Amino acid sequence: MDFLALSPLERQYEVEQLLARYVHCIDDDRLEAWPEFFTRRCDYRIVARENAERGLPLATIACDSRGMLEDRVVSLRNANIYGWHRYRHLVGSVLLLEVHAEEIVARSHYAVFRTRGEGVGETYSVGTYDDHIVFDEGQLRFRAKLVTYDTHRIDSLLATPL
Amino acid sequence: MTAFAFDLPWPRPASGCAVPYAVFTAQEVFAVEQARIFRGPHWSFVGLAVEVPAPGDFKTTYVGAVPVILLRDRDGELVVLENRCAHRGALVCRELRGRQSRLACVYHQWTYDLHGRLLGVPFRGGIEGRGGMPADFDPAAHNLNRLRVACLHGLVFASFDHDVEPLEDYLGEMVVASIARLCARPLKLLGDQRQFMRGNWKLYAENTRDPYHASLLHLFHTTFGLYRSSQQGATLMDPRHRHTMLYTKAATSSATVDAEVYQDVRSYDTRFKLADPSLLAGRKEFDDGITLVILSVFPNLVLQQIANTLAVRQLCPRDAASFELVWTQFGYADDDAEMDAIRLKQANLIGPAGFVSMEDGEAVEIVQRAVAEAGDAHSYVAMGGGRAEDAAHLVTESAIIGFWEAWRAAMGVPES
Ligand code: FES
Ligand SMILES: [Fe+2]
Repeated sequence: MDFLALSPLERQYEVEQLLARYVHCIDDDRLEAWPEFFTRRCDYRIVARENAERGLPLATIACDSRGMLEDRVVSLRNANIYGWHRYRHLVGSVLLLEVHAEEIVARSHYAVFRTRGEGVGETYSVGTYDDHIVFDEGQLRFRAKLVTYDTHRIDSLLATPL
Repeated sequence: MTAFAFDLPWPRPASGCAVPYAVFTAQEVFAVEQARIFRGPHWSFVGLAVEVPAPGDFKTTYVGAVPVILLRDRDGELVVLENRCAHRGALVCRELRGRQSRLACVYHQWTYDLHGRLLGVPFRGGIEGRGGMPADFDPAAHNLNRLRVACLHGLVFASFDHDVEPLEDYLGEMVVASIARLCARPLKLLGDQRQFMRGNWKLYAENTRDPYHASLLHLFHTTFGLYRSSQQGATLMDPRHRHTMLYTKAATSSATVDAEVYQDVRSYDTRFKLADPSLLAGRKEFDDGITLVILSVFPNLVLQQIANTLAVRQLCPRDAASFELVWTQFGYADDDAEMDAIRLKQANLIGPAGFVSMEDGEAVEIVQRAVAEAGDAHSYVAMGGGRAEDAAHLVTESAIIGFWEAWRAAMGVPES
């Protein structure tokens, strides 16, 4: 796919569809399919904005391969212990910052509402997605996805990815 | 010390130790802790010196539940001030971090120097003969409250009690040596993580003194066939049992021992293999072969080395039922690019989303929920023999018992 050959509307549609499929995958608890949204070598990082703004490199989750994403899922399913919860991601304000023939750079806002075991809901995480999107092995995927969270005080723990 | 402010009967089982759940839930206990522990003759960890590298740099944090400012003065000295205006009590620093040549309260613009000395009061002489402060107003009597400060290998501690014993005496030999081992080289800041836990801060103090849970609650290593609870390790305390060091040395276990130890334990399961084991690729950094250290320093610090991850965790109690845990991960100033990459990748193991640490958030919260209305019920702590003794292994709760002895001594809770 040559992104430059698409109309602006088509590009916007493709990117928003990808983001929608991505968050539905997580929110429907189909985590086994989640690594497929990334290229084999990738850069997925969840970073507190207080670190990003100071130029400090620490990420709360940092994966540089699809294998690491798969390990995260296997670990969540079989090893890690955490309370039952459900996410609902809302993604919006999707801006295409750069369009190249083989890559689109997009920024969007996200908010995640988390519902816990006793039915209590709360705004769990709010921030930005900075995405580098490529057409790879027959579908659009993230070559890089940087999740920068404003809500730097994580409530209890972070298990399910953002 | 006056008698304890309310009735806190301490059960004495025939063996082991019992902790009344009221210590985790009662707001009265929390209030007495603030006075006797956090404002009392103890040293609280407030940050790393590299967080405020230049004159005027500050960060805001807490000693107990009290907001304080850690800053560096013009001469490079570290200063800790209570973050409360001497006028009518507003926060003087409202940002998490910054750089300032003096401190100004926004409410009525009282200003202070970097030692907390009051420099100016607007309209002190009134306007056109009206208003103004009384003639006997003495600015020197209205400074910010300054804490005593001490720094050991870049770890900064503060105390409200100016008569507190010197920091190194307070910490004791074991802690001083352990801090030197991890922090005697110049440090490099990697970043912070903040985790809010809906539980009493002492549940986390117990947790980091509890090697018993390590291979039973944290199943990452066993699930992927990476962890051996039969690793050599030890549980050590300072003579007053305030502080605990847990450590393990690698590669001293055998597959047969593992099979025995984990019989009938859900955590023994090697069906899974890491798809990308680069997560655990590391470097040997220390000649002593120690791969894991959890050093718990009373009341509010954990210093850790897990593989190549290095971090301080600062406990900031909020109220009886919640606290914030601030993780600050670091490396060394002379780390090369590959070492930086190793630490940042292994950081996946620790912190609020860490493969081997996220469960502690859950553990703290499920205890708090269950003990919220537990009346005079209590826990039972006896693994390892039920006494506060050092152990040359990790199958013990002895350091938890030590913690409660130290806590009761600090709080003035009598033997019942
Ligand atoms: S409260 Fe700070 S100047 Fe008035
Ligand atoms: Fe733990």
